[in-house]
Amino acid sequence: MNIKRQEIEKLATLARIAIDESTIAEVTERLGSVLELVDQLQAADTSGVEAISHPMQGTQRLREDEVTELNQRQALQAIAPDTEEGLFLVPKVIE
Amino acid sequence: MQSISGWDTVIGLEVHVQLATKTKIFSGASTAFGAEPNTQACAIDLAMPGTLPVLNKQAVHYAVMFGLAVDAEIGKESAFERKNYFYPDLPKGYQTTQLEKPIVGRGNVEIQLADGSTKNIRIHHAHLEEDAGKSLHEGDFRSGTSGIDLNRAGTPLIEIVSEPDMTSAEEAVAFAKKLHSIVTSIGICDGEMSQGSMRFDVNISVKPSGSDKLGTRTETKNLNSFKFMEECIAQEVDRQIDLLEDGGSITQETRLYNGETKTARSMRSKEEANDYRYFPCPDLLPVVVTDETIETLRRNLPELPDARQARFVKQYGLSDYDADILGSDAGMSVYFETATEKSGNAKLTANWTMGELAARLNSEAISIANSPVSAEQLGGLIARIADNSISGKMAKEVFEGIWTGEGSADEIIEARGLKQVSDSGALEQMVADVLAANQAMVDDYINTDQAKRKKKLGGFMGQIMKASKGQANPQQVNQILAKKLNELL
Repeated sequence: MNIKRQEIEKLATLARIAIDESTIAEVTERLGSVLELVDQLQAADTSGVEAISHPMQGTQRLREDEVTELNQRQALQAIAPDTEEGLFLVPKVIE
Repeated sequence: MQSISGWDTVIGLEVHVQLATKTKIFSGASTAFGAEPNTQACAIDLAMPGTLPVLNKQAVHYAVMFGLAVDAEIGKESAFERKNYFYPDLPKGYQTTQLEKPIVGRGNVEIQLADGSTKNIRIHHAHLEEDAGKSLHEGDFRSGTSGIDLNRAGTPLIEIVSEPDMTSAEEAVAFAKKLHSIVTSIGICDGEMSQGSMRFDVNISVKPSGSDKLGTRTETKNLNSFKFMEECIAQEVDRQIDLLEDGGSITQETRLYNGETKTARSMRSKEEANDYRYFPCPDLLPVVVTDETIETLRRNLPELPDARQARFVKQYGLSDYDADILGSDAGMSVYFETATEKSGNAKLTANWTMGELAARLNSEAISIANSPVSAEQLGGLIARIADNSISGKMAKEVFEGIWTGEGSADEIIEARGLKQVSDSGALEQMVADVLAANQAMVDDYINTDQAKRKKKLGGFMGQIMKASKGQANPQQVNQILAKKLNELL
């Protein structure tokens, strides 16, 4: 499977990753080789294999519905770039 | 199919229901409404590095209960996916949700329509997911910034997805109300729409009448009232038909409806908006619900609204209409039954619950769960109406007193001296006194044609009620008066 430059650019936009113009060719080639590996895997006959949702054996453990996390706003906001009136502040976003 | 001038409307709903758990879906932070910003957002909710989600058992059970309530297939093994997108109120950069293996599969909900008919609306599936936080664009913070409150981030939701089985605003609203009734009746959601506990996304398209081919649809997001939903559907259907009749075409888009201005607008279109790059969440193993758990939940499933309505007719002798109104609302049902137990008169209790009480609660926008007049207090008031201690008119005065916190019905009746005089000896004396003091009226009555005498009774009643300061039992006075006047003829 080949990946096109446009697809790399779209993925970068979706993932909010800046890819420098000068490295696009290299990124395209590297991601392409990962996809080639996927192609090899795709070639395996899996017709008799049931799909799994997780590579690990076992099932999800469940937690009782009890409050265990109390207010830690002060500690958590101390490491935030910008806060005011208890809110985290970000550059203005409007839908 | 309902047709508007040659067009059919097709509507499907996606309904977000906040589950009434005490804590988040993946963390032990509280979900209580109304806390100070970010005081209920822990390291997991904030997506701090190194944290791992642990699934809330109650959220899983609530989702299964919904499935059982709509007669759906339960996903005995369900799985979580990551839905990737960037927005400041989603700290992880993805929403943990279910896509391939949802916990609730196909189900059915029957809706009742105004003309008395019923219709089945199919549920496509319902899945568990987490809510996002809230972005505030204006407030008590620096301009040029948005404020983020992550208290809501991680609140457990089920998203219920219907098939596009509705053909009018009426059907869509009936379906939404039925879902509200079901989730509140089984106690998995508090149903507080104004707090965002239930939010509706409406998918709408139109097509030429009878055509098999669906038109292009639009999605109007985040409606939080039945009224807005009704308005928004009517408006969007008109907009689409106008566009198509003018030779235009519908753009598939997401829209927002503003209930205050009663207008909708297209959200800024994001070309890549639907490219969520879902993939299985590596942090969460498959969720297994055993047959034993399902059976236990099924056995303990609270009464569903349809069954409750039927029971109200049978047990209390209510009309279908009264039973529908009282029985469809979980809070009202509990209130009505508690009040009836105290009053001993179901019909009067039904009238007061749906009438005086509901009107007063509505006008002050208070939910029945927070009613200033408790079910026991209303029951106590109705017991005094039922035993003729007070008249209906006085009862309204007493109700007002209970509402403002003056105490129980009996206390207010006592304190204000409102008790109706039903002691027949005292009433006989009162009637005799009034007749003696108004000889001219008595003579007039005797000299009037028998057929017209009845009209003259009102004058005596007025005098007697005045003499008793309104406290005489009117039915009894009527009987005594008629008897005494007859004796004079």
